[in-house]
Amino acid sequence: MEKYTAAITVDQLRKSYKKVDVLKGVSFSVEKGSIFALLGSNGAGKTTTINILTTLLNADSGTAIVDGSDVAKDATNVRKHISLTGQFAAVDDILTGRENLEMIGDLRHVANPAETAAKLLDQFDLQDAADRRVATYSGGMRRRLDIAMSLIGSPSIIFFDEPTTGLDPQSRNSMWETIKSLADNGTTIFLTTQYLEEADQLADKIAILNKGKIVAEGTPAALKKLLPHGQVELKFQNEKQLAAAIKLLTSYQTTQDEESLSLAVTTDGTVAQLTQLLTKLESAHIEVTEFTQKAPTLDDVFLKIVNDNKEKKS
Amino acid sequence: MSMIKDTWTMAKRSLRHTTRSMDTIITVVITPIAMMLLFVYVFGESFQKSLGDVKYIDFITPAIIIMTVVSGIAYAAVRLSMDLQKGIINRFKTMPVAPSSILGGHAMSSTLSNLFSSFLVLLVALLIGFRTDAGIAEWSMFIGLTVLFTLATTWLAILMGLFAKTMEGAGAFSYILLFLIFLSSGFTPVDNMAPALRWFAENQPMTPIIETMRSLLTNGTIGDSAGVALAWCVGLLVVAYVLALRVYKTKTI
Repeated sequence: MEKYTAAITVDQLRKSYKKVDVLKGVSFSVEKGSIFALLGSNGAGKTTTINILTTLLNADSGTAIVDGSDVAKDATNVRKHISLTGQFAAVDDILTGRENLEMIGDLRHVANPAETAAKLLDQFDLQDAADRRVATYSGGMRRRLDIAMSLIGSPSIIFFDEPTTGLDPQSRNSMWETIKSLADNGTTIFLTTQYLEEADQLADKIAILNKGKIVAEGTPAALKKLLPHGQVELKFQNEKQLAAAIKLLTSYQTTQDEESLSLAVTTDGTVAQLTQLLTKLESAHIEVTEFTQKAPTLDDVFLKIVNDNKEKKS
Repeated sequence: MSMIKDTWTMAKRSLRHTTRSMDTIITVVITPIAMMLLFVYVFGESFQKSLGDVKYIDFITPAIIIMTVVSGIAYAAVRLSMDLQKGIINRFKTMPVAPSSILGGHAMSSTLSNLFSSFLVLLVALLIGFRTDAGIAEWSMFIGLTVLFTLATTWLAILMGLFAKTMEGAGAFSYILLFLIFLSSGFTPVDNMAPALRWFAENQPMTPIIETMRSLLTNGTIGDSAGVALAWCVGLLVVAYVLALRVYKTKTI
């Protein structure tokens, strides 16, 4: 009988540092073999959460069961089945790539560390640089080595802390491909991110962490329905025109900025509504000098969810 | 047992760090050798008068060896501090490797490399006139005491490395140890010191350790201070080891 279908179960985690409450009762669960994204802006508590789950930190209260073992009571067992790939590559600069991999192979007690190392060097395209010191590697190579090191011992859960922060678009896509293929092989993936798009692209389930609490949880599709839709930013020639536009568009939800002579209008995201909006302005002889479409940011999401919660309460 | 295997894996890593920065080994032996040459050739004659029969080079060789060890272990503190700052320690901490293996690896490699440095310095001492009648038994005891002293000071270094806020500051404590060597019977008999200093020199740990080494190599006997020397070394080792593990486990990243 399978006792734990969930790879990770978190219940009411709390953590404070020096009188600051970082986590205020966080609960969620992650299914085996799925990709789970913890989404939040900087300071939300993502790194604290992942550090607790990977046994680097002790929670003040609450429980976390990772791969069937309690992180507080049974840390050694947890560590046998997990791997952490942090934001900055945790590799040894003075050793060569091969030596790094063999060292981890030895520490994970794999049958043949040299063979495992050779395979991974091949898989991550590091054969040519294998016997050079890691200090000579490029940023991308260090990251590939970092992931390769995390794969040794076939962990059942791999944790990624902000895997693409600071990466160029090409490296980011590459990382996404790697993560997807890992999940395809049955590994459970837990990642933290500040990018909506990343969570959307990769995750089977997303939980949004804001100021130490989970404010929303669900599949990307379900969460998108909660999001404010499109926003169009219009720029005008002068204050008079801006005022006229505001008067005209009272039926829309708008936010103005007199300094930049711009007006942000919330729309339903369709081209039809955008056309309607622009046509209206043209008919009233109000000239739009510039317009840009803005994608919803995390802040928009939080505000929306927080407002929704407030409304629910009242 | 997997803990021993893991400790050796970590030690191998530290040893590679040491051999790949050869300047570390060279720096570690150059100062003691320079000191040795200075004391023997420049001050030697003056000191010789108060020593009588004992040759000055024979008198100071133990202190020079101790000095070699003390300069060498500072690097263990710096390397550990570097690991902590660079974040690789997080990878080790999320693996099922015992904390005593992670720290023990540093300890083992430090002990081995310092034994090697001490050996080099001893060779130079032999070149400039150090002679001994010590037999196998005495040499074994001498090496044993050197290893024990190295282990004890290495764990002290590990503790310092855990506390240090910067890599540069991590090795600073070794200057205190160096100072203790000078303020002992290492380079001059304590009888020649002022009363307060003499009391300090007689009771601080370096003196009994150096006296015991000197006794083994020069007189062929273990001498009166062996018990005290052992007590200091074992005491420091136990305290430093226990504290280091405790600090390591509670250190937040």
